Order: sequence, then C-alpha cells, then structure tokens
Amino acid sequence: MAVERIPILRMGTCLLVTIQVDMYDQLAIALQNDLSKAISERQTNCVLLDISALEIVDSFIGRMMANTAAIGRILGAETVVVGMQPAVAITLVELGLSLRGIHTALDVERGMALVERAAAARS
Amino acid sequence: MPDIAPVIRSDFRRLIVERREEVLKAWVKEQLKEGRAESLPANELRVQCDEFLTLIADPADSDSILDADAEAWAPARAFLADLSRTRARQGFSPSETASFVFALKRPLFAMLRAEFADDAAQLGDEIWHATELLDQLGLLTMEEYQRGREEVIHRQQQEMLELSTPVVTLWDGVLALPMIGTLDSARTQIVMETLLQRIVETGAAIAIIDITGVPTVDTMTAQHLLKTVTATRLMGAECIISGIRPQIAQTIVHLGVDLGDVTTKATLADAFRVALSRTGRMVSSATTNGD
Repeated sequence: MAVERIPILRMGTCLLVTIQVDMYDQLAIALQNDLSKAISERQTNCVLLDISALEIVDSFIGRMMANTAAIGRILGAETVVVGMQPAVAITLVELGLSLRGIHTALDVERGMALVERAAAARS
Repeated sequence: MPDIAPVIRSDFRRLIVERREEVLKAWVKEQLKEGRAESLPANELRVQCDEFLTLIADPADSDSILDADAEAWAPARAFLADLSRTRARQGFSPSETASFVFALKRPLFAMLRAEFADDAAQLGDEIWHATELLDQLGLLTMEEYQRGREEVIHRQQQEMLELSTPVVTLWDGVLALPMIGTLDSARTQIVMETLLQRIVETGAAIAIIDITGVPTVDTMTAQHLLKTVTATRLMGAECIISGIRPQIAQTIVHLGVDLGDVTTKATLADAFRVALSRTGRMVSSATTNGD
C-alpha cells in the first residue's frame, strides 16, 4: 500500500506543513524525508508545522517532531510548531518531551509573525 | 462462609420473637442511658429498634444464623448501612453509632440467663451465638459509618478542586491563574487542563501563574509547576510564575530545583508589567496633562 503524503507548501522562503490526518509512524517518517528534501532543495528559512488538527500523539511522533526540527536547524531552517492542542501538550510533557529548541505559536498567523521577527533580528 | 455448617437452634431469636415488646423496651432504655440517642425523638429510636428486631427475627434459614454475610441477612445489612450513614451525617460519633447494635446485648443476655438458668451449657451456646451475630452486625455499622464519612470527605475534595482553579483574564491576551492551597498531582492536572483550555479559547499569548497562596513548595510542586510551564510553551504561549515569597525562593534554591528559563517575578504586578511590555503595551500616568 502506498503511503499517503502530507503536502508541503512553499511560501517564499517558508515551508508550511498542515497535518490534517492522524499521524502514524510510516507517515511521520515519510514527512521527515520529504521535509528535509524540500528544505535542502531551495533556500528555506523556516518551517511552520501546523498540528492544530492533531488530537493524539505518542512518544514516537513526539520524537519525530523533535528530530525534524533538529534536522531543519542543521539545514538552516527554524521550525515553528503552531496550534498544539492542550491534550497533546500535556501528553508530550508527561512523556518528558519538552521539545526544547523548537519555537511554538498559538496559530499560523502568530507563527508567521514570529518567523519574520526572528528573520529581522538575524539580518 | 463457616467451614462447618452446623445445625443451630436459634433460641435467642425465638426469645426475641416471643418476648418482643419486653426486649424492645429494655433495648430502647439501654440506648437512652448512653446519652446521645436522646437527641433523636424517642419515637424515631423506637421505630428503628422495632424494625431491626423484625429483621433479626426474620431470616428463616437457620443455617445462616451465625453468618451475617449470608444472603438471608441482606435486608438487615441494608437497614444498618442506612442507619449508620444517617447517623454519620447527623454527627454521631463512631461508638455512639455502633452502640445501637451493642446495646441489644444486655437485655438479650439477661433474658437468656433467666430462660436457661438451669442449663449452663445451653446458656453458654446461646450467648455465644448471639454475641457472634451481634458483633458482626456491630462491625458492619462501623464500616458503613466510615464509608459515609469517606463519602463526605470525597465530596468536599471535589468541591475544593472546583473552587480552587479559576482562570481570569487580566487584559486582552493576558491570563492569570491565582493558585491557592497545596499543589498535588490531581490538582495540578486540573489546573493545567483548565489553563491550556482557556489559552485555546482566548488565544492569550501570556499566562501568569501566581503562587502567592501556595503555602510550601517542594520538589514535587516545583516539578508540577515546570510541567505546566512547559505545556504552555508547547502550545505557543508564554508562562510567567509570580508571587514567589522570600522563603519559597530560598527553598527552591536550597532544594536545587532548576527553574531553567522560566520567567519568575516576586509579585503579580511585576509579572503583569512584563506581560504588558511583551505584548507591546505600556501603562502611563494620566495626570501629566490633566488640567
């Protein structure tokens, strides 16, 4: 069975990934591969990971999120996780995954603002 | 269940049935002597005793006579459970509650002594049977009393949890959570859930947790606080801890708790000022160009 893909949208030097389906391990691995490829193909400053539709998370998905962010940073892009649900946040904290080094924002709009601020500070 | 199922002659129950009025009268009198039962209307006590005597005399199955756990005693058990809970709520002490059953012993034994005056062996057996049964029923009232009290405590705990976790909006985009009382895992969980839920609802960028009302902070409490802060951060909001008293600051340092990069302030006012400046606002005096 072919693994379904999560679309990665490019907006200038930003990538926008919106997770609309329940994550399972295969999908997370595919996303990580696609995302690292997309970051390295063209100049990318930031990745916005919108998980507001994600209701359930396990340790594997949490770890994949942290890893994806770390990979992005090596390739020169900051990851901003936006719209995390309370239940997901509590689960991640209880799992001991505090995702240090990842930026977070309440929604995509604020995520974009955060990215622009960071970019302005860098230049 | 008893190992042997003895065939038991339940003479003490026959006595209760035959000389019921006499037993009832002596029993009620015995209880009134103990003091507390006086606060009940004498009539009510009499009705309760009467009903219980009916239930004692009732179980027809004489095999189960010594075993208060047996099916035949279910109505008597239910009656006692109800009685104990009512008395627990009315403020009776445990021993006052239990004496309802134990007070029956004296009139009953006196009657047995008169009945079997010339048969010591029979008298001993009867007293033993009666004691065993009444003791079991007495212990049952104690258990039920305890359970009734625990229910009260449990309900109060629930009410306290509901009372103690208000999340208030200080300003557009600034939430405050004044915590009062000791923080344990259950409370922190609820606090965390309420706070995160409110952040989703209001889209607030900053949450202030004020711990002025928290009497002590130990490693456990600190860990709970850090969890809440981390969860808030994961959702994309910022968290400030305020209301840290000098002693608590000392305790935190002595315990070696690392609050990491959490913003902490001494008072809620300080925290509010930080929150305003982070959201790009400031408070200025209105008197400069007054008149």
